[in-house]
Amino acid sequence: LDLIVGSVVAAPGPPTPAKRKPTKKTKKAVVFFEVEILDAKTKDKLCFLDKVGKVLPSFSLHWYPARQSIRLDPKGKSLKDEDVLQHLPVGTTATFYFRDLGAQISWVTVFLTEYAGPLLIYLMFYFRVPFIYAPKYDFTTSKHWVVHLACMCHSFHYVKRLLETLFVHRFSHGTMPLRNIFKNCTYYWGFAAWMAYYINHPLYTPPIYGEQQIRLALTVFLFCQIGNFSIHIALRNLRPPGSKTRKIPYPTKNPFTWIFLLVSCPNYTYELGSWLGFTLMTQCLPVAFFTLVGFIQMTVWAKGKHRSYLKEFRDYPTLRSPILPFIL
Amino acid sequence: MASGEEDRTVEEKETNNKKRTKGAIATAWLTFYNIAMTAGWLVLAVVMVRYYLQKGTHKGLYKNIARTLKFSQTFALLEVGHCAIGIVRTSVIVTGVQVCSRIFMVWFITNSIRQIQNEESVILFVVVWTITEITRYSFYTFNLLNHLPYFIKWARYNMFIVMYPLGVIGELLTIHAALPYVRRSGMYSLRLPNKYNVSFDYYYFLIIVMLSYIPLFPQLYFHMLRQRRRVLHGEIVVEKDE
Repeated sequence: LDLIVGSVVAAPGPPTPAKRKPTKKTKKAVVFFEVEILDAKTKDKLCFLDKVGKVLPSFSLHWYPARQSIRLDPKGKSLKDEDVLQHLPVGTTATFYFRDLGAQISWVTVFLTEYAGPLLIYLMFYFRVPFIYAPKYDFTTSKHWVVHLACMCHSFHYVKRLLETLFVHRFSHGTMPLRNIFKNCTYYWGFAAWMAYYINHPLYTPPIYGEQQIRLALTVFLFCQIGNFSIHIALRNLRPPGSKTRKIPYPTKNPFTWIFLLVSCPNYTYELGSWLGFTLMTQCLPVAFFTLVGFIQMTVWAKGKHRSYLKEFRDYPTLRSPILPFIL
Repeated sequence: MASGEEDRTVEEKETNNKKRTKGAIATAWLTFYNIAMTAGWLVLAVVMVRYYLQKGTHKGLYKNIARTLKFSQTFALLEVGHCAIGIVRTSVIVTGVQVCSRIFMVWFITNSIRQIQNEESVILFVVVWTITEITRYSFYTFNLLNHLPYFIKWARYNMFIVMYPLGVIGELLTIHAALPYVRRSGMYSLRLPNKYNVSFDYYYFLIIVMLSYIPLFPQLYFHMLRQRRRVLHGEIVVEKDE
């Protein structure tokens, strides 16, 4: 139910124009609904509409559509934009409950902000911008070649994420609550600064096992970056442009997607792998800590996603685990 | 089939019996725990009063109560477990934060920094804690025994209004007094370079801890105020929705 600014569309008869979504003029008689909207918490009657056709007009300009949650039950799930009034389990008098979701911000905006931060912050530490380390080190570069490699990997990772946000991902939800951007940016920017401080420190100690360790770490990192990207492309191709359909992802011709046989959310698996590689490469405890926290969060997400796959699809492959094959 | 239905009701009865025994064991354990804690803190109170009456000063008092204080306060870690397994209906996080801050004060400040043990601020927070804990644990005990005298309920939900801020003042003053000794000794700190490429400065950590009282204390304080309103005045407080 997309609450848009406009007027009720009725048919037959002269249709009054809806500003955003014009409905088709039907020749047959249309069932009209009466709609009342109550506040989900206080049960106050917010508005009452009679003679509603397919589209509900906006009843308030204060709450823009993204922050309106309309539901059939006060504690139930929100109805979606695509839901059609006629197909809902309501009588001719429909009662909906309204909840204000609070100020909203688009997912794309949040992602771009939270990823641009680490990219720039890390580079500030890498170039040893003044006031971070002792003045004699200002604008110097590290003498260890692994530090330069780490900077390239870290920067590559976040550039990849920014490009994926702009060109690859197809988001189910348009928006999230505004306060998330502060929470997310604190997390990403804070950890980036903490890691970058030690890796680019004049007193940095390179990995114990030297070139062997770094080479292995780099291999793991690159392998998982390609893997993660492959999964994002595979997930994108599941969904035609502009749609919000959900399908079971399956392995494709790309070998990096064969992990779908064993795991529901291989993008998280590869992400964990990337950060394990980076930890090994830099041998830095803050990086290990960041990897651990990220792993815990991704496991929570993967388990949720796995559960909703199982709920939605009866034929969901039973061999798959949420994030780690056979383990988790 | 008839026998199948019988099996099911037998099973239901078994699970209900199991639930009841589990509830009884939980209540018995919690009653024992709360009586033990009330006793522990009472002992502490008695020792403190006796020492002050005999010596007339608080200098040297800490050494006397150190063992009982450490024992009683560390034992309170069990309360986090009680919330986690669900036999106590409180948030694990709220309990965890409170118990951790107590453990931190006892073990990582007062116990390990000998030079501040005779400070007045130490006596202040120990006295506050003693009064608060005796009230709290006797409240829980009486509640479990279903015989709650009103004055205990009144004390539990009113004394914190004064005790909480006083305790915070005592704690903050103590940490502040400890700072110069921490800086000089470099205790609990890790410097660069090292193979983990990390550093930790206990001095700055303590400053951050002191600053964290600013957002944390009001949250805990208002949580208690809300509980107070609900218990004493039966008001329905509309919780913020996420």
